[in-house]
Amino acid sequence: MMHALENFLFTYQSLIYALGVNSLLALSMYVVLAVGQLSLGQAAFMGVGAYSSALLTVKFGVPFPGALVVAAAAPSLLAFVIGAPTLRLSGVYLAIATIGLGEVLRIFFLNWDYAGGALGLNGIPEQAGFIWIFGALAIALTGLVAICRSRVGRAMEAIRADEAAAGVMGVNLPAYKLAALVVSAAIAGVAGAFNAHVSSFIGPNEYGFDAVVTILSFALLGGIGSPFGPVLGALVLTALPEVLRPLHDYRLVINGFIIVCVVIYLPGGLLPWRIGRIGARK
Amino acid sequence: MLAQQLLNGLFSGAVYALFALGFTLMFGVLGVINLTYGFYFSTGAFVALYATQYLHMPIFVALPFAAVVTGLIAIVIDDLLLGPLRRAKAPELSSLMVTLGATLLLYSLMTAWFTTDIRRFPPAVFNGGAFEIEGLRITLSQILIVVTVAIIVGGLAFLLQRTKLGLAIRALAENGDTAQLMGVNAGGIVRLVSFISGALGGAAGVLIGLNYNAIQPYMGEMMMLKGFAVIILGGLGDIRGAVLAGLILGILETLTAGYFASSMKDAVGFLLLVLTLWLRPVGLFGRVVAKRA
Repeated sequence: MMHALENFLFTYQSLIYALGVNSLLALSMYVVLAVGQLSLGQAAFMGVGAYSSALLTVKFGVPFPGALVVAAAAPSLLAFVIGAPTLRLSGVYLAIATIGLGEVLRIFFLNWDYAGGALGLNGIPEQAGFIWIFGALAIALTGLVAICRSRVGRAMEAIRADEAAAGVMGVNLPAYKLAALVVSAAIAGVAGAFNAHVSSFIGPNEYGFDAVVTILSFALLGGIGSPFGPVLGALVLTALPEVLRPLHDYRLVINGFIIVCVVIYLPGGLLPWRIGRIGARK
Repeated sequence: MLAQQLLNGLFSGAVYALFALGFTLMFGVLGVINLTYGFYFSTGAFVALYATQYLHMPIFVALPFAAVVTGLIAIVIDDLLLGPLRRAKAPELSSLMVTLGATLLLYSLMTAWFTTDIRRFPPAVFNGGAFEIEGLRITLSQILIVVTVAIIVGGLAFLLQRTKLGLAIRALAENGDTAQLMGVNAGGIVRLVSFISGALGGAAGVLIGLNYNAIQPYMGEMMMLKGFAVIILGGLGDIRGAVLAGLILGILETLTAGYFASSMKDAVGFLLLVLTLWLRPVGLFGRVVAKRA
């Protein structure tokens, strides 16, 4: 039995890791969508996390857990710089400010010879295994469910439903939105670090427009009623092209098509249900 | 050297202004950020390419032809994607997400069809003629840019400020429901504005395609990033601001390429955008839009 399991893990290793990493990315997108904002910087945050942990382990020999902390902190700082001025404005500003982030980062890494330039970074130690990835996913999921059931979760849902009303009720709008963006950047950064430390190679072209739209399609397909929705979306959209081989070439077309259809015809996603509240009246 | 840089910057800035004009008009009147706008830019360039290559149109005919075709495509896309959301009164972000998904869909299809190879206008269209005035080199495509941008900006300003139709468009931008009660045909205006914006985006695509003589499906995506910087610097929905901000970005880019590093040229727009958001989020001419519940 153990042997069969080991065999299975070995055969489908990269798919299983991708399922975990993509679920984390979907959760990072969820955190921002949960306060009614759209961040298109998730792929860039992932890239910053991947590059900072890869550089620290490869060039400075920092142990993986230490690098992971920086991989969470660096994109959070970037998110703060972008988010602090934009989140006081209307919702479209964050999307506009973050959509160019991936491209600017690509130019930056492409011209940064120390980080490998166009060739990217090779020989990153493969230290992020099954336990790390799915442990982090379990922690993130549990934490977000706990938040959903708390006062903070209710405030977030109020912002999503009606920002002006939530503000009048005393919810500190900019603080909540900024906190959500910073947390989401940290999750994306950790996911990026895991990705770098299972594939042993990263390049400057992996964190662009296609990547962020794909992450968004995870969250929207699953639905943002609860944190389980985005994870389901990530699992479906990561496994589907593997199961149905012919779909593989049209992956981007399908991701785009799914976003269009879900937003227009299925705004709640596949899992529209919300999580019950503590102390909610029956 | 400096004068030549400034001149080149003004020319590319003029195209940025043209591109951003359609983008900001769409936001100002329709109230949505339509991310498929960059696709219109690529479409315009490809239509002009095919019109000159297979229909043997001279560029003076191919340019308006491409603009009109792109405008018609813009009407269809707006109707398909944003029509249902407008009727359902969906939140602001839905339109952003739906056009984002559509952008990926459209670019992927376009790449599958045309591949990412760089295409060029037939040599007869683009004879690369240039002449010199007091040591400054000006190409024929740059003259085409200035004439086209001047005609379009002037025509648009006249339409918006001096005609009854322009009054209707401005009324709709100010307050949709009130404008409808005053007898403005909202559906018609929405289609007209989609057409104008699409045509402006398409025309900008043709001009940039001519100027660099390189056409490729993803050219619109890079342009969108510049477009965002321009409309934020100019102020969302502000037409005067878009023109001025376009020129500023064009000049800053050429100066960066000339005196700093040409690889950093495409990052200038983003830095400008972040700086604007920190220092003056309402844009150059700053008009604060109050948000009502």
